Parts: sequence; C-alpha cells; structure tokens
Amino acid sequence: MALATGVRWSFAGKDARRVNSEELLAQPRTLTAGEQRGPVAQAPFRQARLTWLVAEVTGKVDETPRVRTLTLDANGWAGHRPGQHLDVRLTAEDGYQAQRSYSIASAPDEQLAITVEKLADGEVSPWLVDDARDGDRFEVRGPIGGYFVWQDDGRPVFLVGGGSGVVPLMAMIRSSSGSARMRLLYSSRTLEDVIYRDELAEREGHGVEVFYTLTRAQPPGWTGYSKRIDTALLREVAWPAADRPHVFICGSTRFVDAAADGLVELGYEPESIRTERFGATG
Amino acid sequence: METSAMKLDGNAIGGLLLELFGVEMTTATGVCGSCGTADLVARLEVYVQAPGTVVRCAHCSAVLMRVVRSPDRTWLDLSGLRSIELPL
Repeated sequence: MALATGVRWSFAGKDARRVNSEELLAQPRTLTAGEQRGPVAQAPFRQARLTWLVAEVTGKVDETPRVRTLTLDANGWAGHRPGQHLDVRLTAEDGYQAQRSYSIASAPDEQLAITVEKLADGEVSPWLVDDARDGDRFEVRGPIGGYFVWQDDGRPVFLVGGGSGVVPLMAMIRSSSGSARMRLLYSSRTLEDVIYRDELAEREGHGVEVFYTLTRAQPPGWTGYSKRIDTALLREVAWPAADRPHVFICGSTRFVDAAADGLVELGYEPESIRTERFGATG
Repeated sequence: METSAMKLDGNAIGGLLLELFGVEMTTATGVCGSCGTADLVARLEVYVQAPGTVVRCAHCSAVLMRVVRSPDRTWLDLSGLRSIELPL
C-alpha cells in the first residue's frame, strides 16, 4: 500500500489546529436504545451505531524505536472493555482518507490510549508514530469487538503476545484487579523491541507473571527463552488445562496459529482460546 | 507476501460489520453454506488485500461474505452464508 505515502494529512496534521474546534466537536452523535453512557466496563452488547469522533492527542510515550503510545481525548467516547480496538481515520488535504484499526492499550478507567507500530511502507502508522504531536487531531470510532474481550470471572488468564500483539493484552493486564492470576508469554525479536518493558517489570509479581522469549537476538546473560513458541515452551509456561484458564493470543497469523495449535495439543479446549490476528496494513 | 501471511480473522472487520449491521457482529455465529460449519464471525478467515473484503469459512475456505465499498455506497454479498445467528 505505497499508494499514498507522503500524503499530507491536513485534518490530522498541523493545519487541523486551524479548524474550528466547536464545529468539529458539535458533530451529532445519535444514541440508540440500550446504549449506556457509563464511563467504564459496562459497554453494552448493543452499542450505538459507529460514529466518527474527533480525537486530540494529549501525550505520547516512545515504547521502542518503532512503537509509540498516543493518549487521546475523544469527546463522546463511550468507554471500552479490555481487548477491544478502535478505528483511526486520517484525511488528506485533497479529501483522500485512510483508515486503520488499532488495539486500545489503556484500561477502561484510564485515559484512552493506543499503541502503534510503525510499518515502513505504511500510510497511517508512520504519521501516528513520527509526526503526531500534542494537540493534533484525527478521527476515531469505537469501541469495536466483542470476542477478543476479557471479563474477569476469577479464572486464571493466559496471555500470549507476539510483537505488537501485546497491546490488547496490556489493556487486560492494566484492567486486572489482581483477583485473577495472570501469565503473559511475550515473544519479541529483541529486547529492544519489547513494548511496555518498564511497566511490565513493575507489574511483575503483582498479579501477573511475565515470560519473555526473544527470537532473533538475546543480550548477554539472557535467562529468558530464545526460541519461537512451540508446544514444549507452552507446556512450561501455560497454566494446566485443568485450571480452565481464559486464553488470549494476539500476533501475526503464523504466531497465533502456532500458539493455538500448541495449546490444543496440551489439552486446551479450542473454544477456550480466543485469538486475534494482526496484519501488516500500516 | 504468501497467502497465509495475509490471512486475518473476523476481529479485523468488527468495525465494518458494526457499521453495516448496527450491532456487534464478531460474536455472531455464521453457518457456512458449503460445509455447514457454524463458527463465530471472529474466527472466520478474512482477507482485506483484495479490492474488497473477502470472508472465508475457516473449515472449508468457501467464500462466505464479500464487501466492496465505494465513496458513496457499500455492496454486500452474503450468498455463501446459510444463516447468521446473533446473541441478544
């Protein structure tokens, strides 16, 4: 999708600040029966028809050289559940629009945040990662998804993330009250590519255990795993199938299939495994 | 890029389907018109690189849905689906 690299995103870019904010924020948003305006968690199954909202960048965190978290202020956002995503839409000066989906990284009671990985030939992610500044605006709609969503019922949780597939899993970790035992198995190419490294280190031992596997390069003295996820690795890390854990796997198609197949081999019910495949549409 | 790497799943079209149907659809169950397999929409195979979006049965690969969008309309072909069941 090299089509529009180099496009100047006017609505999203610096010109956006010249747009009358009242006008933008006054876009009507229809509530349908059953929609709840609650701040957290209770996102209803029947939600409002999707409406594009104006989101303003309120902060950013560089997670790795290629990955950045943006915190957003979206007036009218109805709240989300951990694991859901949102759509981002950028509009160029000539009216050309590009739209992508990004997992929500924040817990429902935190400031809305997305974590974006820059894809070299992408047309949306390079702008979000390299160019978006505080005060910049673009459109979002959501929350989206009802399947790859964690609802805490006390059962243990096994999270398996490959690369930026860790993002929706982080929303689940951040949402945890500590009552459910959580394990995260996180596959990354190198230690430098690990997203949320400091926060995961802080959370380690406080309701979540973190296991890393670095598939491309390992630093000297590395004591974690250093191979692609397979059945043997899953057998060491996953909760016993008899504990009936919730399982969430997110990453590339190949990664997700390998992890899911391995868990089925270990006796996990296929229905207990929830998967989300990330694609290279940047 | 090989075909397997382009394969996504029904989570990727949650927004598109919510826009078209007005309700959350990834937890709906679709029954394949070819092999009869019932599967959650989230678990179906999705290809977004074509001019439109193509949804296939994860069991037999039959085409279940096609969605093509233009600036002023959306074309939705559901002929490969026997039924869709929505939880209420």
